[in-house]
Amino acid sequence: MVNVVKIAVRNLLRYTRRSLLTVSLIAFGVVFVLVFVAMAGSFKEAIVGSITDNYLGHLQIHRRGYVASIESLPLNLNIEPAKLAEIQQALREVPEVAGASERIKFNAMFSTFVETTGLRVTAVYPDQEFAVCPKLPTRVAQGDRTPAALARGKILVPELLARGMGIKVGATVVVVATNKDGSVNGKTLLVSGIIESATGPGGRDGYIHFEDAMEILRMPGKEITEVAIRLRDFGQIERVGRALRERLEGGGGGQAALEVHTWAQLSPFSTVARLIDMMALFMKVMLIAIVLISVLNVMIMAVYERVREIGTIAAIGTLPSRILSLFLVEGVLLGVAGAAAGVLAGAAIILALNVWKVSVRFGGSLQLFVLSPRIDLFEVLVASLMVIVVSVVASVQPAVRASRMEPIDALRHV
Amino acid sequence: MKLLGVLRTKGQRPAPPQGAGGGAKAQGATVVRATDLTKTYAADGVEVRALRGVSVDVEAGSFIAFIGPSGSGKTTLLNLLGCLDKPSSGGLEVSGTDVTRLDRRQAAAFRGAQIGFVFQSFNLIPVLTALENVEYPLVMVQDRPASERRTRVLELLEAVGMADQRDKRPEQLSGGQKQRVAIARALVTRPELVLADEPTANLDRETAYTIIALMKKMRDEVGTTFLFATHDTRIIGAAELVYTLEDGQLTGRQERRG
Ligand SMILES: Nc1ncnc2c1ncn2[C@@H]1O[C@H](COP(=O)(O)OP(=O)(O)O)[C@@H](O)[C@H]1O
Ligand SMILES: [Mg+2]
Repeated sequence: MVNVVKIAVRNLLRYTRRSLLTVSLIAFGVVFVLVFVAMAGSFKEAIVGSITDNYLGHLQIHRRGYVASIESLPLNLNIEPAKLAEIQQALREVPEVAGASERIKFNAMFSTFVETTGLRVTAVYPDQEFAVCPKLPTRVAQGDRTPAALARGKILVPELLARGMGIKVGATVVVVATNKDGSVNGKTLLVSGIIESATGPGGRDGYIHFEDAMEILRMPGKEITEVAIRLRDFGQIERVGRALRERLEGGGGGQAALEVHTWAQLSPFSTVARLIDMMALFMKVMLIAIVLISVLNVMIMAVYERVREIGTIAAIGTLPSRILSLFLVEGVLLGVAGAAAGVLAGAAIILALNVWKVSVRFGGSLQLFVLSPRIDLFEVLVASLMVIVVSVVASVQPAVRASRMEPIDALRHV
Repeated sequence: MKLLGVLRTKGQRPAPPQGAGGGAKAQGATVVRATDLTKTYAADGVEVRALRGVSVDVEAGSFIAFIGPSGSGKTTLLNLLGCLDKPSSGGLEVSGTDVTRLDRRQAAAFRGAQIGFVFQSFNLIPVLTALENVEYPLVMVQDRPASERRTRVLELLEAVGMADQRDKRPEQLSGGQKQRVAIARALVTRPELVLADEPTANLDRETAYTIIALMKKMRDEVGTTFLFATHDTRIIGAAELVYTLEDGQLTGRQERRG
């Protein structure tokens, strides 16, 4: 075996430029795949992080049918106190839950006494909300960035509204809303901060304290629109989502039943994420094609150029199986060298991208995402193994051809 | 089924009938027994009868030249005797084995164990050094251990006078030097039979003489049987037995002394 490898290596070195070119081509493909996977992964992570950490949380629970009419923020699909207790009980029993935020969402009239406009309001308990959406404070462009910004009587006003209406921190505004029984009520609030909009649903809402909303909507008891949940581990979302669904969606029945959604089900970005995954897949297919074509090309040439040599070693008594292995090893070495070079170069580039940080901005100016491309060993192994397997496949046909040559015919070849 | 067969015999070569690599036979034993060999090529629908009934017995340790005009069938005959090709009809035993029955793989194994080849254009492996070329049949054909290889290879390089050039690649060697290495390669497995088709055709006359002398010396020392196809009068002069081929038939047999 050592000698088979030695001869194969020497034969590759014989056409140094061609071998180098092929190895570089394969390495190039590997680099592309690895860097793309790493970049796409961190890009995805950044956007997903932005969506979940700004507003959505990892999972949300609503009354059944709410999500279908989420755009109109209906108030008659709130979760009743009995159901809320059930949810709270369930969440306490799931150890993966890091935090849960109970919210009321509603449409309101928003007035500066000079101008009036419509506003979507999310009412929260500040400590709960800050725990579920840790990026929320980073969006506060002016004013208070602590949970105190959402103390009773305070409001965080969306930047777009604030700019258009000339609202400053410290100003007084009025929020007026109609409750589900049709009665209108309002409350004067102090602007504690201006909040930047974020990508995704709910990214342009104003924030007030939960109990202020109860007051405006004249709620007799505590009703909520939704619970946003943050898990300790992002990777557990699907599993925990399933568990909660099983537990909460089953009982109750009819109108009172609940529905559990993951962030991916609530945000259109999950489609983009899937697209990115498909592009990564496409890159891998391209890599396979590159390796297949380049190795096949070199090996066909190698066999063609060495017909007389093949005839010689066959005449001398080299068994067909050994001739086969000589050429297979040669092709595989191209793949191995290409994969190794590609992994090294890819790792270097990924490292470099981490040193000279690449950043992406979404929407506003406050939230700057520094991409930290990372690649796990598994992806590296998959890419390398793929290259090596494909180079074996590409070498099979030429190697079989070499091993089946009749020595007298091959020796006569000029 | 084919794969199974390969797997089953992996690592063990189809057993060569007798005395595999065990050196030349005693003087007088028959190495080749060819009876009424014919070979017909069908080229573009035209039948070419390259051999038309050749019968010949070769004793161990012979130094035999087949001569004859171009196209008379010398190469064809040597290819059959060397198990590189199958006769169209007739019987052929080499070292007591009926080689007409061997399949591709068995024939390769048989050649590897019993036969050495010296080619007109040397056919050294370009990526291997002189030493590695000589070593090749022991490593890649016979799978001999390194310790055994070393001494044998050096011995043979010494014998052909190429020991000091052993680390050179073929492209760095002259034609005569290449052919010396090729002879060492043909002999390193101690085959019973060495076949040489026009081994001196690409050499100048002076070098050709050295090469012939070398082969004769090896025959004298090791007792290997040498069969030549040649035009070279020097080989003809050195041969102890000269067969003349004409139009695919043996038409002359001339014994010589010395
Ligand atoms: N592979 C082949 N196909 C067809 N005809 C062949 C082939 N090999 C040899 N011949 C023919 O057989 C005859 C004998 O050839 P060959 O054995 O090469 O003669 P020599 O070696 O004495 O010159 C020639 O007529 C040659 O053209
Ligand atoms: Mg000839």
